[in-house]
Amino acid sequence: MDAVAHFFQSIPVDLLIIQTVNGVVTGMILALVASGLTLIFGILDVVNFAHGELFMLGAYVGVLVLTATGSFWMALVLSALIVALLGAAIQIVTLRPLVGRDPLNTILVTFGISLILQNYALWQFGPVARKIGEPITSYFNLFYLTYPWYRILIAALSAAIIGGFWLFLKYGKYGVWIRATTQDRVMAQAMGIPVPMVHTAVFAIGAAMAAASGVLFAPLVGVNHTMGLDWVLKAFIVVVVGGMGNLGGSIAAAIFISLLEAYAAIWVDPSQAVIVSFVVLILTLLFRPTGLFVPTPK
Amino acid sequence: MTIAPLSKSKPLKTKLSHTAVFWIGFCVVMALLIVAPLVLPEYWRRFLTKILIWGLLAMSSDILIGYTGMVSFGHSAFFGLGMYGAAAALLIVSPPNLWLAILFGLGGAAGAALFVAYFSTRLRDIYFAITTLIFSQIFYVIIFTWTEVTGGENGLIFSRPHFTIPFLYDARFSTATLHWFVLAVVAGSYVLLRRIMRSPFGMVLQSIRENEARTRAIGYPVERYKIVAVMLSGLFAGLAGVLYAVQNQFAAAEFVFFTTSGDTVIFNVMGGIGTLVGPIVGAGFFQLLRELLSRIFGDQFPYLIPLGMIFIVMIIFLPQGLLGFARRWLNR
Repeated sequence: MDAVAHFFQSIPVDLLIIQTVNGVVTGMILALVASGLTLIFGILDVVNFAHGELFMLGAYVGVLVLTATGSFWMALVLSALIVALLGAAIQIVTLRPLVGRDPLNTILVTFGISLILQNYALWQFGPVARKIGEPITSYFNLFYLTYPWYRILIAALSAAIIGGFWLFLKYGKYGVWIRATTQDRVMAQAMGIPVPMVHTAVFAIGAAMAAASGVLFAPLVGVNHTMGLDWVLKAFIVVVVGGMGNLGGSIAAAIFISLLEAYAAIWVDPSQAVIVSFVVLILTLLFRPTGLFVPTPK
Repeated sequence: MTIAPLSKSKPLKTKLSHTAVFWIGFCVVMALLIVAPLVLPEYWRRFLTKILIWGLLAMSSDILIGYTGMVSFGHSAFFGLGMYGAAAALLIVSPPNLWLAILFGLGGAAGAALFVAYFSTRLRDIYFAITTLIFSQIFYVIIFTWTEVTGGENGLIFSRPHFTIPFLYDARFSTATLHWFVLAVVAGSYVLLRRIMRSPFGMVLQSIRENEARTRAIGYPVERYKIVAVMLSGLFAGLAGVLYAVQNQFAAAEFVFFTTSGDTVIFNVMGGIGTLVGPIVGAGFFQLLRELLSRIFGDQFPYLIPLGMIFIVMIIFLPQGLLGFARRWLNR
């Protein structure tokens, strides 16, 4: 009993709360990245390996717009639009010819795209990380820390973007088109929905979400050409744990995994805390291969 | 009556000449590769050896991509474990022994392969690709952060072992003998893998690729075949890792990062999957093109941009790769 009591006393409550906030903040950004990825997978059957690079390019475009106009919000919107156009172009040029082929081809093609984009960023912007100032610089007190409001704002904005997108899917005319295409591609086509257009639009929306999360995240760590790799891996884990193509599952999994990693970071080095999410993935594959947050298939 | 024997002998003749052509071609290529270090300058000798090593890695992954229909993005783990296994043998045992390095490297790769195979073969297609990718990242994180053992970011540096054949031969590796040694290993692996892929076991793997459900229905334990395929593939990838460690005398964490697996997949697609030689051709094509680009445009040139574009164009328009294309063109 003594040992148990000692263990509970040794848990640093303040640290736990701080890490909970941190975990939710990164979880919301991750949810934004992963929901784009899972959307593209669910509707196009494409595993978008280049998703992290769209995130990274979004951050770079944000940096450029910010230095040109000085407005962070302008940077956020313009970056999402520009990367959405880029995404549409990528989809039309490289993924359309692959419709009807084995989905494995799409993972290869998007891997090629990620190589190109990453090396382009390195070539164009150089290896030194770019910094973005936070648009809101006020702080509030969280125990012994002064915690930036901006992080809370990130979480809220990510939630708003995801929520807005969900409403669009649920009630918007084109949202209904997207859902119809997910359910039955052939029937949707027969009903007069321009399925290839829907595919392009969905890829563009996913790209825009990645770009927006890139801009939002940029002030926290700075922008460099390899930042996409980390995120695409995390997003893959989230998407598999949440259930492939399942939007709600990915969001739940994103927050779940980010929280776990944040707690693990109390005791081990943050670079090792990643292993926690790997373990979650392995356990998920072992016991619930269809995803943690979906009902067990009968 | 005159037509019957003709039609009977003709397919027999073409079949015979087909294998004959194959072995003649094999011998010609081998002869060229054996002579190469005698004529090539030092730099290109090393370059050729390196292509062979990358080719072996790509060939090992062809067992999964081309024959079993599973795209592995985790070969960097097997390659890296082979490398670090060899490093362990070369650093712990003195004097460093080549065969012990190979043994340790294969052991490391086999361990990693068993771990990856056990979990990831439960999944198919893209799920397999993603899980192998993430498993290789587990090994990367462990190797990268376990600085006391693996050297972390700096990696491990060691001396090259002597080339020994017990009781017969013992000498330092020159670039030429190293090339011949690597060539012997790669050619041996090729012949062995070709034999395995044409054996009943290989046929089952190919039937898994063509129709997994039917293969299972016939009564083959598909999961067990897949596990063995991943382990076989991992062993040869580990062998490539050992050779790379012996050639370059270092083991580095960056080779365990999944970009190595990506390169492996690129070699496969460029050369032609399901052919075993194709991946070696692909590795050569990729490395030569890269060398060419950096010679023309300078070291800073982002060679992966044009190479990535070629890769994408090849997937869309030339999914059977260079070798498949050449074969079709020759048959026409």
